[in-house]
Amino acid sequence: MARFVGRRLLYLLPVLLAVSLLTFLIASLLPGDLAYAILGDQATPEKLAALRAKMGLDLPIWQRYLHWLWDVLQGDLGRSFRTGELVLDAVLDRLPVSIELMIMAEIMGLLIGIPLAILCAVKNGSAIDRFFTGFAFANLSLPSFMVAILLIFLFAVQFNWLPATGWVPFSEDPVGNLRSFVLPALTLAFAEWPSLMRVLRSDMIATLQEDYIAMAKAKGLRPARILLVHALKPSSLTLVTITGINIGRLIGGALIVETIFALPGIGRLLVGAIYARDFIILQGVVLFVAAGFVIVNFIVDMLYGVLDPRIRHGRA
Amino acid sequence: MTNPPLLSVEGVSVELPTPRGQLLAVDKVDLEVAAGRTLGVVGESGCGKTMLSRAILQLLPKKAALSGRIMFDGQDMVQLSPEALRRLRGPSLAVVFQNPMTSLNPVLTIGTQLIETLQAHMGMAAPAAAKRGIELLAAVGIPAPEQRLRQYPHQLSGGMRQRVAIAIALSCEPKLLIADEPTTALDVTVQAQILDLLAREQQRRHMAMILITHDLGVVAGRTDEVAVMYAGRVVERAPTTTLFSHMRMPYTAALLAAIPKLDSPPHTALPAIAGRPPDPTRPLRGCSFAPRCSRADDRCQAAKPPLDTADHIGGQYACWHPLQPAAVARA
Amino acid sequence: MAVLEIDDDTALVAPVAKRRKLGGLFLCAVAWILLIGLAAVFAAFLPIASPTDMDMLGKRAPPSAAHWLGTDSLGRDMLSRLIYGARVSLTVGLLSSVIGVTVGGALGMLAGYFRGRLETFTVGGVDVLLAFPPLVFLLAVLAYLGQTVLNITLVIGVLSIPAFTRVARAVTLSLSEREFVVAARALGATHSRILLRELLPNVSLPLVAFFLLGVAVTIVVEGALSFLGLGVPPPAPSWGSMIAEGRESLDIAPWLAFLPAGTMFITVLAFNIVGDTLRALTDPRPGAL
Repeated sequence: MARFVGRRLLYLLPVLLAVSLLTFLIASLLPGDLAYAILGDQATPEKLAALRAKMGLDLPIWQRYLHWLWDVLQGDLGRSFRTGELVLDAVLDRLPVSIELMIMAEIMGLLIGIPLAILCAVKNGSAIDRFFTGFAFANLSLPSFMVAILLIFLFAVQFNWLPATGWVPFSEDPVGNLRSFVLPALTLAFAEWPSLMRVLRSDMIATLQEDYIAMAKAKGLRPARILLVHALKPSSLTLVTITGINIGRLIGGALIVETIFALPGIGRLLVGAIYARDFIILQGVVLFVAAGFVIVNFIVDMLYGVLDPRIRHGRA
Repeated sequence: MTNPPLLSVEGVSVELPTPRGQLLAVDKVDLEVAAGRTLGVVGESGCGKTMLSRAILQLLPKKAALSGRIMFDGQDMVQLSPEALRRLRGPSLAVVFQNPMTSLNPVLTIGTQLIETLQAHMGMAAPAAAKRGIELLAAVGIPAPEQRLRQYPHQLSGGMRQRVAIAIALSCEPKLLIADEPTTALDVTVQAQILDLLAREQQRRHMAMILITHDLGVVAGRTDEVAVMYAGRVVERAPTTTLFSHMRMPYTAALLAAIPKLDSPPHTALPAIAGRPPDPTRPLRGCSFAPRCSRADDRCQAAKPPLDTADHIGGQYACWHPLQPAAVARA
Repeated sequence: MAVLEIDDDTALVAPVAKRRKLGGLFLCAVAWILLIGLAAVFAAFLPIASPTDMDMLGKRAPPSAAHWLGTDSLGRDMLSRLIYGARVSLTVGLLSSVIGVTVGGALGMLAGYFRGRLETFTVGGVDVLLAFPPLVFLLAVLAYLGQTVLNITLVIGVLSIPAFTRVARAVTLSLSEREFVVAARALGATHSRILLRELLPNVSLPLVAFFLLGVAVTIVVEGALSFLGLGVPPPAPSWGSMIAEGRESLDIAPWLAFLPAGTMFITVLAFNIVGDTLRALTDPRPGAL
């Protein structure tokens, strides 16, 4: 297991470095430069030169990258030139909201996807199976902003059960906090469950034909135990991979959903930074999100070992 | 026989749908096994012996059509509810599958797979079940059983895994054990050990056993009765000793001749059975072995010989031109 | 195993019936794509109102002879806006996928055929690009570059390269070892001849299937950008911005959001159905989703 982790770690570092380089290079796509963007209308040649010197923008690009990377490694992602807020503080302040949203969404997605996958795998080829696989396929073509509109229309406009926007801190009003998360999380879950279900269903169908399932039946185990213990665990390897791959989409989805439902998370911070053309915040958030994404994928890779003892013992 | 048999298979047929038409995997098979007795079922791969065992266990694929009666311990297995079947499997009826590489769940520990059976049927609490599990592993000849409970199947050799599978099968003291080619996937050196283990436990527990194999040599010393299957039918059936001394069916003789003998000189070619079994989706009108049989004539092509008791000492065979017992001695 | 190959049999029986059923759906999807495509191309010649002319007296009007699908909250013709919106969606969807399939397909084929350093470099680059959550990357780059249709198309196109590279490389790798390629090489065919005449025809079918799925994804992404107000600048109509505008009047005129949403959903679904059917044809595994 230690060697397995070590090998993956060796791969993680160059990818993180490349991600930082790319993030840095994106910022150099800005027409003009950062000093120009900051000063805007008030830009005079003297002011521009002074600001460039102060920010080190007159250095060659590779020196700027190394300076920036050095700061980043010390936890300094810069300071917003609009609000004066430290980027790292802004990110850490909003991170819990995004994480709560994504975890709730993932749980809801799994709660919908896993039972449907098991049902369809057991009833493979039946009308129920065909209905839900068709439904899942259609659902894949339904972007999250449409789902959000539908859910808002149903639950907020028509029935007025749940708030469409607004967020209260958990510490002030736990129930209100959870209620404000239901619709956003459900929106994201709608984008999650079809792919989870499709993958688990086809793996489960394959697993149910294995000898060890016949053996479990021959042992006279209860059907629930056969499905949930003997069939689900060996079928869930691809499910974990897909969950990992989906995190990228989940982050993108969170960005849209946080904006629609006015949740103060990372996504809204990023979109807000774009609206306000606050490039320092933007760069910091992109780096943070991309690095987080890479690290989460690394952890998902590790989960393989937990699920399949054959990988853990180096006999893949 | 005075008591009714523990298991009686009456006119059982299994049909499977395939893209090329209906496949008759098992064709009106009749068999009995009395309590505490052993029956060997012998035949080439594809002869329907595994389908027959799956039919007895009621573990046929969903699309398979089963007809006939399977009476076990006074109940018709075919009529039982899923819940009643579940209660029967384990404490009354157990199975050891062919390949221990695939019959144990790769992601669950040996302990889990052994103990769950005890908990499901014997109502044991976890510590008691674990203790019993260790005893069972020791009984099937597994060293250091306490540590094995925490291990996964891939950490054990093939022979050890099959011992674990046997321990699981024996765990609820079944009345009938079906061993489906239990040694085919194992090294030659381990095969005899596993077969001896099965025979020993069968005697010790007075349980009935069906030993399914393609190897006549395997059933020779270890069964009370033998049924030879070909193309879904039972073609010869006799007490084991009678079968080997008074073999009547040419197919059985051919199977026997295909076993390598220790006393033949090295590099002797084995007399393989020429040709292949008939296509089970295209049943023949006559004897299914006729295309491969040296004794076949027009009658064999035209009509199927019934499974007959005529002039056999305590057995039955299905052949128009049976061997004379003397012919076997030369084979 | 001696179970008479049951597993294979059941696998063979099932998909046959399934495929025949997909036929009707497949044709409907193709028809819808053609309909939308033709309407978008010939929008200027169709007898419809201008998509930007406002009628302040007829805001959120129900369908009528003058406005077949009614008007939006600024009194603009919905049908016309839907059709002109299709122009944006299809232009961005098709062009950026063309960029992806051309560059990604070429890179993947070269990497899969020549192997070596080129492959290591390509795979590494693909891994780094895939390390970014795509929507975040897209928004960031557009924020720096500026939001125009051209930039949106280019950036989505670049972002779709890695996926196409992966598919092309995988298919090329498996084909390179096959007899017809080995035979061509043994006969002394040049690299370019093998790549263009032997490999390209075989790689193109999976790539076309993937291309159609890519168009579906791109339409969704463009819609999301416009929905956030970070896509095509107003007043040009786009399905995403129409949904965002319709959201404001969900309580009084929900159809203003649901009309563009429905149109977009059916279009994306149609591309997914056609792409998935083609993919199933090229994927030999039965029952693979």
